[in-house]
Amino acid sequence: MNRSLRPLLATALIFLFAYLLAVLQHPSMFSTRVLGNFLTDNAFLGIAAVGMTFVILSGGIDLSVGAVIGFTTVLIAVLIMWWQLHPLVAFAIALTVAALFGAIMGAAIHYLKVPSFIVTLAGMFLARGGASVLSPDSIGIQHDFYTAVSKSYILLPGGGRLTVVGMIMLAVFAVAIILAHRTRFGSNVYAIGGSETSAALMGVPVARTTIGIYALSGFLAGLAGVVFSLYTSAGYSLNALGVELDAIAAVVIGGTLLTGGYGFVAGTFIGVMLQGLVQTYIVFDGTLSSWWTKIVVGVLLFMFIVLQRLVFRAGPRRT
Amino acid sequence: MTRPTADIRPTSEPPLPPSRPLAHFFTRPQVIALAAVLLVNWILFPGFFTVTWQDGRFFGSLIDVLNRGAPVAILAIGMTMVIATKGVDLSVGAVMAISGAVAAVMVTSGYPAWLAVLAAVGAGLVCGLWNGILVTVLEIQPIIATLVLMVAGRGLAQLITEGYIVTFSDPVLIFIGTGSFLGFPMPVVIAAVLMVLATLIVRRTALGLLIEAVGVNRSAARFAGLSANALLLIVYTFAGFCAAIAGLIVAGDIRGADANNAGLWLELDAILAVVIGGTSLMGGRFSIPMAVLGAMIIQAMNTGILISGFSPQFNLVVKSAVIIVILILQSPLSAQLVRRRPFTGTPK
Repeated sequence: MNRSLRPLLATALIFLFAYLLAVLQHPSMFSTRVLGNFLTDNAFLGIAAVGMTFVILSGGIDLSVGAVIGFTTVLIAVLIMWWQLHPLVAFAIALTVAALFGAIMGAAIHYLKVPSFIVTLAGMFLARGGASVLSPDSIGIQHDFYTAVSKSYILLPGGGRLTVVGMIMLAVFAVAIILAHRTRFGSNVYAIGGSETSAALMGVPVARTTIGIYALSGFLAGLAGVVFSLYTSAGYSLNALGVELDAIAAVVIGGTLLTGGYGFVAGTFIGVMLQGLVQTYIVFDGTLSSWWTKIVVGVLLFMFIVLQRLVFRAGPRRT
Repeated sequence: MTRPTADIRPTSEPPLPPSRPLAHFFTRPQVIALAAVLLVNWILFPGFFTVTWQDGRFFGSLIDVLNRGAPVAILAIGMTMVIATKGVDLSVGAVMAISGAVAAVMVTSGYPAWLAVLAAVGAGLVCGLWNGILVTVLEIQPIIATLVLMVAGRGLAQLITEGYIVTFSDPVLIFIGTGSFLGFPMPVVIAAVLMVLATLIVRRTALGLLIEAVGVNRSAARFAGLSANALLLIVYTFAGFCAAIAGLIVAGDIRGADANNAGLWLELDAILAVVIGGTSLMGGRFSIPMAVLGAMIIQAMNTGILISGFSPQFNLVVKSAVIIVILILQSPLSAQLVRRRPFTGTPK
């Protein structure tokens, strides 16, 4: 089989193996209820991780994701509760702001020729600070639309619920897979990740693509903020603290190479599910404390990085 | 083996800047920036520069800036070296939490304080060494290699404290965080000593030159006969050591180890301090005292925002504005626009 699919396959196998082990210990974990909750609870992480996948594929990194999610939740809460706007209008405004924010960061990265790391760090400070300037306190959202959304779901066989939030995430993944693997934008992202200089020489519009990548990441972080807002019905400037790390971890566990140019959006989905599995297992077990999540995710991260090294070292050397 | 050697230094470049250390120092943009921030603070709060002597130690806003800025300054000392090798260490905040947790748990379970301090420093060294091994042996990008410990480190710290905030009343640990020496707060003294020692070691030996060589071009440095891997191991271990010291100070300051919040986001402050200090993230030329100055600028801004009555969250907006200004000043674009700027001119 195609050797480039190996890391993806390894991730999928490890997920299945881990899920099997978890089910053997707690048979009740094998139900559509648990699977439905997987999707709902990790929806915002999954959506943010999709944006992060594109950024990492292009060889960059986006540290502002968590802060943008937090900012979006506050902005939506302010627009709905203080300005009395309809939630859908508020979502549109918030998504536009988030996408513009990302585009500006992308422009700064391309035109100022500074590492994405430091630009998005500034973006992170700005978004967190902006959110707390808007409102330092948590704002609860009470609106008929929110109640309606939280009550609507598709009943799966076995009593599981596929919520609106979960469906949004699945849709984002579906669109992102097409965008990454079947469009010109997608191949441009891979080309830039492989080598920016070669991409530019081949005629890839580097400036437009770079701005597009970060605008997409900003937009998806904004969408994750919308989902987070629907999920918690509140806006708070410290929401989603450190989600950027979880998103990066999900992308890496999903088999995307951190130097850019190689990876799959589908892998990120498994990476998110694997993190969800760890959390759910710890909840089911009951005796383990929540900090084990961090340790296990760290260990998984380490394992996959080493795995990538081994797979790519065994392959033909590029330099 | 003897070979005729030629002087291959290009003649168009001046060999060394004229050595007028004091005048040169005061025209550095960082020094001017710090003076400007302090001036603004003084205008906002006329008593800012008042330093009083009470109970055998100095008191005053200025001393407070030094004291509060000390942990970030210590982190920045280690971070400067890491960034000079074209790396970055994201794990220092988590390592602070680990070292604080180790020290607190050791003293509360009855070990003597000196052993607890040693163990905490040891934990920091091990963490730094782990990062170094990932970067050198496994050849992982520094951001990612240290990300592993950043994610897992807080979990480990919580594992050590078993999820509690471990408080202690050990006089030695508290002295490290809140004591004073010759009238100055202990954190300031530690930071100053560390800064002077590190600068001397780096600048009075070839070590600094070697670190810069690795940062500019790792393969070239290796071909030139440097053991780049050994150097990187030393640098990352030193960053871990600095993080452990900062962790001890923070733990001593609050008389407890808080695995969740000790050193949270301080890695970003430390990186910012280094960048303000003029060390490029692309590796190469570095300056430890300037990074410490950068940490002081950040803290002076924080204090200024606090005493001017803004909410502390406003810090983040100001910080991001500072980063944006620095980025624009350092970018090749503005270097093209303003060719004669003396300090942005890092020719490639």
